[in-house]
Amino acid sequence: MRFESPDTIEQAVELLNTCDGISRLLAGGTDVLVQLRLALVEPDLIVDIKNIAGMRNITAEDGGFRIGAAVSGAEMGEHEGLVALWPGVVEAMELVGSTQVQGRATLAGNLCNASPAADSVPAMVVANAVARIVGPNGTRDCPVIDIPVGPSKTSLAKGEVITSIYLPARPDNSGDAYLRFIPRTEMDIAVSSAGVNLTIDSAGVVTQAQVSLGAVAPTVLVVDDAAKAIIGTKLDDDAISALQAACSAACNPIDDKRGTVEFRTKTAGVMAKRAALIAYSRAGGSK
Amino acid sequence: MVTEYKEGSVGAELGQREFKVVGTRPPRPDGVDKVTGRALFGADLTAPGMLHATILRSPHAHAKIVSIDTSAALAMDGVKAVVTSDDFVKQGGSGNQDTLDNCMARGKVFYDGHAVVAVAATSVMVANAALKLIKVEYEILPHETDVDAAMLDSAPVLHAGRKFRNIPEGNNANVSGFWEFGHGDIDEGFAKADIIVERSFKTAATHQGYIEPHATLATMGPDGRGEIWVSTQGHYMVRDLSAAFVGMETSQLRVTAAEIGGGFGGKTTVYLEPVALALSKKSGRPVKMVMTREEVFRASGPTTSSSTDVKIGMTKDGRITAGQAKPRYQGGAYPNITAMLGAMTAFASYDLEAVQTQAWNVLTNRPKQAAYRAPGAPMAIYTVESVIDELCQKLDLDPIEVRLMNAAKKGTLSSYGPTFDEIGLVATLEAAKAHPHYAAPLGPNQGRGVSCGFWFNFAGNTSVSMGINEDGTVSVIEGNPDIGGSRASISMMAAEELGIPFDKVRTIVGDTNSIGFNDVTDGSRVTFSVGLATIKAARAAIQNMCGRAAQVWGIDADAVDWVDGAAVPTGHNAGEFPPMTLAEIAADSAKTGGPIAGHHEVNADGAGVSFGVHLVDVEVDPETGFTEIKRYTVFQDAGKAIHPDYVEGQMQGGAVQGIGWALNEEYIYGEDGKLQNAGFLDYRIPVASDLPMIDAVILEIPNPGHPYGVRGVGETGIVPPLAAVANGVSHAAGVRMSELPMSPPRILAAIDGAK
Repeated sequence: MRFESPDTIEQAVELLNTCDGISRLLAGGTDVLVQLRLALVEPDLIVDIKNIAGMRNITAEDGGFRIGAAVSGAEMGEHEGLVALWPGVVEAMELVGSTQVQGRATLAGNLCNASPAADSVPAMVVANAVARIVGPNGTRDCPVIDIPVGPSKTSLAKGEVITSIYLPARPDNSGDAYLRFIPRTEMDIAVSSAGVNLTIDSAGVVTQAQVSLGAVAPTVLVVDDAAKAIIGTKLDDDAISALQAACSAACNPIDDKRGTVEFRTKTAGVMAKRAALIAYSRAGGSK
Repeated sequence: MVTEYKEGSVGAELGQREFKVVGTRPPRPDGVDKVTGRALFGADLTAPGMLHATILRSPHAHAKIVSIDTSAALAMDGVKAVVTSDDFVKQGGSGNQDTLDNCMARGKVFYDGHAVVAVAATSVMVANAALKLIKVEYEILPHETDVDAAMLDSAPVLHAGRKFRNIPEGNNANVSGFWEFGHGDIDEGFAKADIIVERSFKTAATHQGYIEPHATLATMGPDGRGEIWVSTQGHYMVRDLSAAFVGMETSQLRVTAAEIGGGFGGKTTVYLEPVALALSKKSGRPVKMVMTREEVFRASGPTTSSSTDVKIGMTKDGRITAGQAKPRYQGGAYPNITAMLGAMTAFASYDLEAVQTQAWNVLTNRPKQAAYRAPGAPMAIYTVESVIDELCQKLDLDPIEVRLMNAAKKGTLSSYGPTFDEIGLVATLEAAKAHPHYAAPLGPNQGRGVSCGFWFNFAGNTSVSMGINEDGTVSVIEGNPDIGGSRASISMMAAEELGIPFDKVRTIVGDTNSIGFNDVTDGSRVTFSVGLATIKAARAAIQNMCGRAAQVWGIDADAVDWVDGAAVPTGHNAGEFPPMTLAEIAADSAKTGGPIAGHHEVNADGAGVSFGVHLVDVEVDPETGFTEIKRYTVFQDAGKAIHPDYVEGQMQGGAVQGIGWALNEEYIYGEDGKLQNAGFLDYRIPVASDLPMIDAVILEIPNPGHPYGVRGVGETGIVPPLAAVANGVSHAAGVRMSELPMSPPRILAAIDGAK
């Protein structure tokens, strides 16, 4: 096994592109190291991207923030501007693992691990987050929603590296939130989860919304019917019930040791309902 | 002269004794080592030329081993030795043979993870690579992991001819044990009842969950002498079994217990130790073995799972007229007696005219069960305490009043045979009833649960030795690994008896060659038995020191008393000479007859049973089935709390393990008989944020069997939480729960099912 820690993104891309065997990218390593220890994978090449310039920076850009691929969850949580702008994304990232894991785990890594239960992804999806990708054919931007294509599978081509995630500017009176269900209070994997992003007008009426669900399908689900159920409302009980029902109807989960189909379907709706209420409150709405 | 206590007749006086050291809370003697990382645990030792060994484990739940070909592995660079079951000595007794067969499968594999071949190599990586070159041909057999299904005639038979008790007719070959306890006319009892509740319960297998995986380092030289360093609850047990399995004399194997990172009963047997020793014997090099977490789950512990029918009759004012429980336990592929302990403990808290318990042990394709804190009792008492709660609910009676009305007390003929002596159940229930917790208001979706708990406590074979050092300090050697603070409590009892400060005493856990035999650290026996032996050893030393003073003063030895750490003349010599302190006597010992020491060896009994009562408030989220523990209070009889911090720690730790058992912990098997959650991610023990502070209330009802009144406290604490939490959840959710764990999907399904 080769371990490389290049100084430039071009070198990283070159290493990955010319590797004939199995390669793994290392940012925080909180998934890769677990896979190595469990002998789930024996890579021929590991490329550590932490030493590449910019990878550990959070930069203001056009009213939003660009988050380097090696920025840890703890660093995101300590960034006041980021927390103020996208609290739901930050809280989702901060749910990953434990305090120790937070010192290492990254947003880009959580995305590229392509777990259907990844906490940050539903939150990024409703935030319209965009991944910047550098590869053998240059640089491109891709919506976060299009990166995972199934459990442990991404749309990234050979040699491509996500270098940052961009969280855009947002209108005033907006709020986002993420909630997950786990059987205990931390250090667990979502059984079901939901992200909600919304904007309200001065009367407290929802003008735009996005709703996503995690852990209830092979990839994150965007539930347009749930968003429609609350747009034009003040999140009254009927609207909330309609959102919850739309979310449960959209679920396509599996039965496994972490939860039944029935349980996931029901709690996904409950998580979405509760997340919507938090997002509404963060947007300045009162009920 | 020392005033000898007459054990067994001093219950009343024990409560009156004024202690100077006992009952205080000095800093723990192993604390600095543990927080600085200096403590040496099982995996911390290395030796020159050391090899690392790993194990090839069965991927099947049940299969015949047709052949094993290790030639390619042995030929690999860096591989120094390979062992299979052929490399061990066949054992006489079936129990030891089972333990050996569990260490290394012989003929058949009985569960997913069963050890088949071990390889010692120059590194873990080389050893693991070599495992991949081993060819094992299996003939896969049908398997069964469920206790009730394994009792059916259609179930695959694991072993033929392993029924070790009188098994009633109609039971298949997987039923290896049957036990029956009770007294009175059960039918007459039920006829007197105004109301009878009959329910069936299930509990999942849970793992002891110690953080430190099994780890050992073994060496055996060409002279046939061996050494083992190991994380264990009993190094004499490791010595006896390992020596027997590799065919050496006990005296030639020295075993040293490492600092231990948790055991809870799970380290009362051997897994790696004989294997490492056999590999060292073959390779001539030290061999280290450390389990991965996955191996710990797949191949060590856990406790039994259970399925139980319970029937209890009650008068409308709350008197229990009859109780009947039929627990069926499975503890894996080898016979065990945990079900018997379940049958014995199920109704132990109650003074009953008619009681009957019948228990079955059933063999299944799961790992061989190991002891887990009060083995057998939590799941049996869970079923009884759940039904009593339901009866109280139906009759609108206070659950503590009903328990008080039926509580066992001194003179009660217990449900398992003996008549109780001084016991603390009533005092414990009264304390719970009077506690502010019991009167605190409950919020929406909240419920309060109550449960009693019981454990026998064991005593057993114990040796202690102490040296009185020339500088006036004392060195104590005990032979039981310290899993719950014994070095502190033993030092405290030695200091108390000798009349010197705690910090003048250091207690260590000696290796198997340093003192006489000791039973395993189990059954909550150590503070009781080792404490008793320590007090006796101190008295032997005191007698010797009184003799030295008498010699110096030129008076009779029996005219010298021991007061506050010094010899004093008594009788007509009183006041003739100033007190001679322990330090003064020790300093002159070379001139007065040589070194001063005390020792005591005993097969102790009189451990004194222990009772506890737990109160818990829970809140159940009706939309997700999530249970939050809002408040938890433990009341337990400690006899005499030597070091209250440790006693509270035992009570809190037991409660937390029981909460995990009640809410989320379970061994999950697939249709293929493979364990699906062999790790702490999906085997969910509670994390700190899951819990409130566990309040602990220590009751002290002295045990007449111990000079200071000590009862073991290590196990009772895990017994009540299962029912306490289940009763709380049942009230909060508005639906009676009868299967553990009460995971959110199960609770939500019950709530939705009741709508």
